[in-house]
Amino acid sequence: MSRTGLLFDIPQLASEHIELVLISITIALAIGIPTGVLLTRRPALRTGVMAFANVMQTVPSLALFGFLIPIPLIGGIGKRTAIVALVLYALLPILRNTLVGILNVEPAVRESAIAMGMTGGQLLRQVELPLAAPTILAGVRVATVTTIGTATIAAAIGGGGLGVFIFRGIASVDTTQILAGAIPAALLALISDGGIGWIEKRFSAV
Amino acid sequence: MAANSTATVEFRGVSFRIGGNQILDNLSFAIDAGETLVLLGRSGSGKTTALKMVNGLVLPTTGEVLVDGRPTTAWDPIQLRRGIGYVIQEVGLFPHFTIGANVGLVPRLLEWDAARIAARTNELLEQVGLDPARFLDRKPRELSGGQRQRVGVARALAADPRLLLFDEPFGALDPVTRLELQNQFLALRNTLRKTSIFVTHDVREALRLGTRIALLDRGKLEILATPQEFLRSQTPQTRAFLDVLEL
Repeated sequence: MSRTGLLFDIPQLASEHIELVLISITIALAIGIPTGVLLTRRPALRTGVMAFANVMQTVPSLALFGFLIPIPLIGGIGKRTAIVALVLYALLPILRNTLVGILNVEPAVRESAIAMGMTGGQLLRQVELPLAAPTILAGVRVATVTTIGTATIAAAIGGGGLGVFIFRGIASVDTTQILAGAIPAALLALISDGGIGWIEKRFSAV
Repeated sequence: MAANSTATVEFRGVSFRIGGNQILDNLSFAIDAGETLVLLGRSGSGKTTALKMVNGLVLPTTGEVLVDGRPTTAWDPIQLRRGIGYVIQEVGLFPHFTIGANVGLVPRLLEWDAARIAARTNELLEQVGLDPARFLDRKPRELSGGQRQRVGVARALAADPRLLLFDEPFGALDPVTRLELQNQFLALRNTLRKTSIFVTHDVREALRLGTRIALLDRGKLEILATPQEFLRSQTPQTRAFLDVLEL
């Protein structure tokens, strides 16, 4: 590939990369936050669910992508498998921070809310989630930054994204190609880290 | 029941056990409309548990607690609690709400219109001695402990509850602020005439604020007496508390 071709490919692969990350984080949020809330209500489920999320986090990422390929429906080669793996990784920080954020709400505040006649839903929406928001956002930030990094491996199973450059660069021992993937990925991570961190601060200003 | 009426409370053979521990042991007493009953006792006497039974935060293991003649187990807990003001030592103000939003919380839950909530919030802040113009838009962390506790009292009074519960509300305050708030409590009581239950371990506070004092000891009702009767009482437990007064 020519050097100019490389430049043309960056926006295309970067947007694929962003797409992978956004879809994965959205799904992880949709699963992680409600599950985290559920775990605050059902202490009995905590150990099992947290153990699952923790184990997922420890599986080496390349291996996880590999394990998923033969699984029917969620597996195969391509974007879908990549997203499943990225969701599994992003889940733990979001789940854990939702749980911890809500459990850390001062008991007196929770008791007052209940004693004043808030329903379970009102307690959650008006008190617990707003007070846990900075902690939950910190989890989302960690999940997003790691997902941006891990998503580069998606290219190994045909998921596309900036990892395509990196794997191509490794195969052809071409540092420029590797950097063409790595630098935009690092920039994306920095920008998300700063952006979510900024939102987090706004929420922490109690 | 009209919102501005005041309630009666009755404990009928109430016991509470958790694990192997007997927290409350066969408590029976009645609180008349408009009186201030002080639940006095040492740490671990069960006084806070007894208080939490009135708004259904804790339900009896055996026996029943009746609010306006109806057992707490038969009330819809949400409706019961919205009609009862609750003030605790840690105040429990919502740190992410302004003072105004904290005070207006129960009216908001009851879906009053905004103008009525605003008017009520202003009125209450003035009643507890806080200038609405200065405090309405502040956050709890910007207030002193005494000011926060005043907000806690205003919040408890917001929806004109039938009944007020106080769980050592002034326990964490310095003695001078505490006296100020006790005086304010007495002034409010004389204007509002609401049935109140007040938990404390401070015998001075009990004598000052109570129309009657119930002394709890290890979950049992030791004596239920007016402050005058309490001062004359000679049981070992009342003596132990009265000894505190002698310096």
